[in-house]
Amino acid sequence: MMGMKSDIRLIDDNGLRIDGRLPNQLRPIKMEVGVVKRADGSAYIEWGGNKIIAAVYGPREAYPKHVQESDRAIVRARYNMAAFSVDERKRPGPDRRSVELSKVISEALTSAIFVEKFPRTAIDVYIEVLQADAGTRVAGITVASLALADAGIPMRDLIVGCAAGKVDDVVVLDLNKEEDNFGQADVPMAILPRTGEIALLQMDGDLTYDELTNAMEMAMDAAKKIYNMEIETLKAKYGGDVNEQ
Amino acid sequence: MDEKKVRDIVVPGEEIVAEGKPGRGVFYEGEKMYSMYLGIVDVRSGYVNVIPLSGCYIPKKGDKVIGKVIDLAPMNWVVDINAPYYAPLHVNDVPWRVGFGDTGRFLEIGDVILAKVSNVNEMGQVWITLKEQGLRKLEGGHLIHISPSKVPRVIGKGGSMIQLLKDSTNCRIYVGQNGTIWISGEPDGIVKVIKAIRMIEREAHTYGLTDRVKEFLERGDE
Repeated sequence: MMGMKSDIRLIDDNGLRIDGRLPNQLRPIKMEVGVVKRADGSAYIEWGGNKIIAAVYGPREAYPKHVQESDRAIVRARYNMAAFSVDERKRPGPDRRSVELSKVISEALTSAIFVEKFPRTAIDVYIEVLQADAGTRVAGITVASLALADAGIPMRDLIVGCAAGKVDDVVVLDLNKEEDNFGQADVPMAILPRTGEIALLQMDGDLTYDELTNAMEMAMDAAKKIYNMEIETLKAKYGGDVNEQ
Repeated sequence: MDEKKVRDIVVPGEEIVAEGKPGRGVFYEGEKMYSMYLGIVDVRSGYVNVIPLSGCYIPKKGDKVIGKVIDLAPMNWVVDINAPYYAPLHVNDVPWRVGFGDTGRFLEIGDVILAKVSNVNEMGQVWITLKEQGLRKLEGGHLIHISPSKVPRVIGKGGSMIQLLKDSTNCRIYVGQNGTIWISGEPDGIVKVIKAIRMIEREAHTYGLTDRVKEFLERGDE
């Protein structure tokens, strides 16, 4: 969608963005854990206009049998957008985009999970986008990691997704819908904040080397903030409740 | 409140600062120890463990588990023991003489059994057995599930909690290591036990739990 022509000014004279944010400012984020009773683990996130729910099932025996790996678990993430999640009704079901996202999200999550602890099993992660407003894949990875932790699956670290990009020749953090559609570049990243490892890095549009480095640094910094939110959310589920009673 | 003090909760990837050798639920990277789970830190006899707050049951040899028969085969039953893998129960591992293809006469689909894990291999395959004193089919009763990591809290120190539940409700209770609990008795008692277990589950990571459960059970009596 990069490079759609328009005469919208995405950055005003004061250097503020269309929704009043600074270039390195995140949209408001709200997280909740344990929202789906029947799932082994679940989480919900509101990230700007994004509303995403994630549910984890497993580890459980993988079927059909030929998909089993004899020495590790497979992680099957399914990214799905609801028909009502976007302005114009989205035709339900997997399309080229969501199949790709499911694949890259599965791979990003696999890098954090101790898959070798559960041979022959599958860990199913369902990511349902109820409302989309740019950056759903990174928000999806973030909730998925909360849901995995809630399901008691052993992990090296929590995963944080965060995007950066370029609009009106300025490198900005966490693009919203307008910036995504009419901006010049979008760089979604998934990060393991403890080590600073990158679990996912994609780029749509054009960036110079310096701009890309700058964008990645911005996302890294923001990832630390989101990471702390994740930790707080998880701890609040247990610590918070008991103290209130 | 002091007695409601919460144990230290860690998240996956969180550094653990504690003296001791790495035990279960932790991993080393470089010189530092990190948690694998969302759980509580437990330092015991020189080992640092993280006990997960949720998660599936990982079968261990010798564990007594409660399972449900979900399929019949000519020479074995398939039992769901709430683990990542289904467990086959072979006709040689039951105290009865079962003819080939005659498995359905002894255990039907949906039957509940108290079994022991006889073997587990590195591929995760599990075998269970009924050939031991006390292992049997459980008739009637009511089944509930809890997280397997909370089983020790339901049993309590030296069985204190489970004894408390049994004594104050006159129910027969079996707790499987896999987090499945079988309760049999008067309907009122069963309801009470379930309520108490849900309370234990909710507050498993706090101190002084047995006293509070006792209080709860006595309050219910009035």
